Amino acid sequence: MNSILKNTFLKNTWKLVSLLTAMIVGTVLFAGSALAAGGTGPEVKRQEWSFGGFNGQYDKAQLQRGFGVYKEVCASCHGLKLLSYRNLVQKGGPEFSKEQALAIAKEATVIDGVDEDGEPKERPGKLSDRFQGPFKNETEARSANNGAYPPDFSVLAKARTIHRHVPWYTEPYWWAYDMVTAYEEKGSDYIYALLTGYGTAPKGEVMGDGMNYNKYFPGHQIAMANPLTDDAVEYTDGTATTAEQHAKDVTAFMAWASEPHLNARKNLGKRVQIYLLIFALLLFLAKKSVWARLKH
Amino acid sequence: MSSDHNDEGRRDFLMVAAGSFAAVGAAGALWPLVDQMNPDASAKALASIEVDLSPIKEGQAVTVMWRGKPIFIRKRTAEEIKEAVSADSTDMRDPQVDGERAQKPEWLVLIGICTHLGCIPRGQSTGDVQGDFGGWFCPCHGSHYDTSGRIRKGPAPTNLEVPPYAFISDTKIKIG
Amino acid sequence: MSDHSSSYVPSNGFTRWLDERLPIIRLMYDSFIVFPTPRNLNYLWTFGGILTFCLMAQIITGIVIAMHFVPHGDHAFASVEHLMRDVNWGDLIRYTHAVGASMFFAAAYIHLFRGLYYGSYKSPREIIWIFGVVILLLMIITAFMGYSLVWGQMSFWAVTVITNLFTAIPIVGESITQWIWGGYSVGDPTLNRLFSLHYLFPFIIAALVGLHIWALHVVGSNNPTGVEVKTKSDTIPFFPFYVIKDGFMVVVFMLLFSWFVFYAPNYLGHSDNFIEANPLQTPPHIVPEWYFLPFYAILRAIPDKLFGVIAMVAAIVVLFVIPWLDTSKIKSVSKRPLFMPFFWLFVITCLALGYLGAKAPEGYFLLASQLFTAYYFIFFIVIMPVIGLIETPKELPDSITEAVEGKSGKEGASS
Repeated sequence: MNSILKNTFLKNTWKLVSLLTAMIVGTVLFAGSALAAGGTGPEVKRQEWSFGGFNGQYDKAQLQRGFGVYKEVCASCHGLKLLSYRNLVQKGGPEFSKEQALAIAKEATVIDGVDEDGEPKERPGKLSDRFQGPFKNETEARSANNGAYPPDFSVLAKARTIHRHVPWYTEPYWWAYDMVTAYEEKGSDYIYALLTGYGTAPKGEVMGDGMNYNKYFPGHQIAMANPLTDDAVEYTDGTATTAEQHAKDVTAFMAWASEPHLNARKNLGKRVQIYLLIFALLLFLAKKSVWARLKH
Repeated sequence: MSSDHNDEGRRDFLMVAAGSFAAVGAAGALWPLVDQMNPDASAKALASIEVDLSPIKEGQAVTVMWRGKPIFIRKRTAEEIKEAVSADSTDMRDPQVDGERAQKPEWLVLIGICTHLGCIPRGQSTGDVQGDFGGWFCPCHGSHYDTSGRIRKGPAPTNLEVPPYAFISDTKIKIG
Repeated sequence: MSDHSSSYVPSNGFTRWLDERLPIIRLMYDSFIVFPTPRNLNYLWTFGGILTFCLMAQIITGIVIAMHFVPHGDHAFASVEHLMRDVNWGDLIRYTHAVGASMFFAAAYIHLFRGLYYGSYKSPREIIWIFGVVILLLMIITAFMGYSLVWGQMSFWAVTVITNLFTAIPIVGESITQWIWGGYSVGDPTLNRLFSLHYLFPFIIAALVGLHIWALHVVGSNNPTGVEVKTKSDTIPFFPFYVIKDGFMVVVFMLLFSWFVFYAPNYLGHSDNFIEANPLQTPPHIVPEWYFLPFYAILRAIPDKLFGVIAMVAAIVVLFVIPWLDTSKIKSVSKRPLFMPFFWLFVITCLALGYLGAKAPEGYFLLASQLFTAYYFIFFIVIMPVIGLIETPKELPDSITEAVEGKSGKEGASS
């Protein structure tokens, strides 16, 4: 290949590449804006959570209220099988007193061992027992709930998520934003939205038998009827007993159930990060001073 | 020249400081890796059990599990109690009077693990070899325990251990 | 570099005695203390050290997790939750392992692109590169198997989908898949063998890392100029210069690592994996972990089952042959103005494929994945060989020393 040709090619490489990039970006941009409009239901709003972000910690009083809502309203259908009654006492949780937790445990009937005839023996719950679910098994749960299976609450707040309705090309920005702000409450935001998202079905929506309209539920038809109403649960700490407040409190409780060591983790994290910062600074100075030797 | 010396001193200081920081960090990171092998929260929560004593007849023994260990509960006969008390003054490897070992004379509660090397002594069921002193006999290395669970013959260094327990009613105890 | 005489002198009776029988201290001394290393390595060269740290962290936390994990379909998910809830420090140990996988891949990809940019795969470093690609391949398999062990919905369906790739193989595909499953679907036997192999592979990786470093120490490190070491003044001993530089970067890396572990441990994961595996229900969107997304995009870009699988595998296999696909003798892309834009377009391609891997393969997203997939292969198969033949590279410095200190005339000014 002669040199003139080579030079022309060289000059044009950048042009060629930018043209190619522009073409690809252009088509994808167009495609993205068309697709971003899709999606089910309105965008879920982010809530302020006491446990959100870098400094977030659970609010003990809120977890206690939330447990109250769980116990009065949700527990008749939703289990909490990965938790034990003792967890209600542990630090960083609702921190009930041992007596309160024991009283809660004793309300449950636990099958433990067999009697002389080999029949299962029942006894009241102890702190070391797992939370006793409302149903013996999934089949019983489904038959009692119009065929739907009420999910267990143990990790539910981490098993749900939300999607931002943003143009596709801004998504990387939001990824970075969520990372830097340590946004881990997508599941909580979804659950709160769901609990407050009941309403009447818009005209034209054909509702299934026994189904309820919820604007945040995928497909909008949910088997669970609106569980929370104003004053559904009594609060002893003077907090307003609105349906929204109930939803907020029980969501916080579910967040704790799914991530019980969050308080300790975030506290330790600060100490580790400060340690690493100082360590990095020391090493940087040491590196500079060692490498300074080379210049002599 | 003097600035060279300063540089060297500064360098040494930084190296030592960084080294110490690394050592502290490594030790800090090591601890969780060691501590994770300790009994976890669910194991600790199982630390106490309640046992109903009412079905146990005189001269009978039952074994229950506590922290994964067998607990021997024996309702002693008057004869066994007498034997145990009368042996109080004998020369023993691990001297202890029977009154210290049983909160109520008829009830003996013991951790059923030979203090020698962790086997389970025999003597719980009728027909078991109970050793020379009518208590328990460890088949592994031949330790003989008396009706108070004290070591009387054989290699075991101490008496069968009494777990922490308390009577919560006349016929119910809480172990742990 | 090829100076094989060792300068180690045992300092006392014991080390002398040991040195005559097992010269392990000599080996360490020669490899990590006095080892002559180009003096101009930039911070991108610290990722080798960072990756060593990552591998060690994964192995240590992994051994600990194996003490608590139960490889059985009925217990796997609950045993992981037990680790997180009840075991002392269990949540941190597990999050370190889970986030650690992501960190490992992030560092590995930077390391790989550093090698691509500075031509570290070219003669005489082909073997180092090939071992690197093998390590990457094993990392991919190991990470995939580890993710499956959680036995959440994403785990289960990822195993199902990926093992089903083998059914694309003509004639024997079905039998191979059943052999992998140990049954007629993904189940307990599958979970057990995934656990066994997930425990084994990291040690194979560690052995290969040994070979990777051994090969590196035979020919010596590449450097940003791409000019080989010529004289002693081109190098500095590994200790203290690169030990402290690598150490500094490892700690900086740990800062980022710990940010995720302590503040956003589930940010890189997927919420569906907190739902226990259910063989009767597939999640609405199956998405692999972020580090597999580019390969996943390539798989889905091709509408044919068999060719999709072939393309995905080829995307990694092609890396094995690039030492021979690249016809240019000039190592650093910075000295190859004609090649440089194509290189950066390739980087953009990989990022774009990563993005597209997370999107449903429909409409323009599918078209875009196909365009980027095409460029991915064109870059290696067409651009690499052709540009090497036609380009006019920039002038190279005579030596590393000259590149650092300037030509001898300017030496005074820059020192």
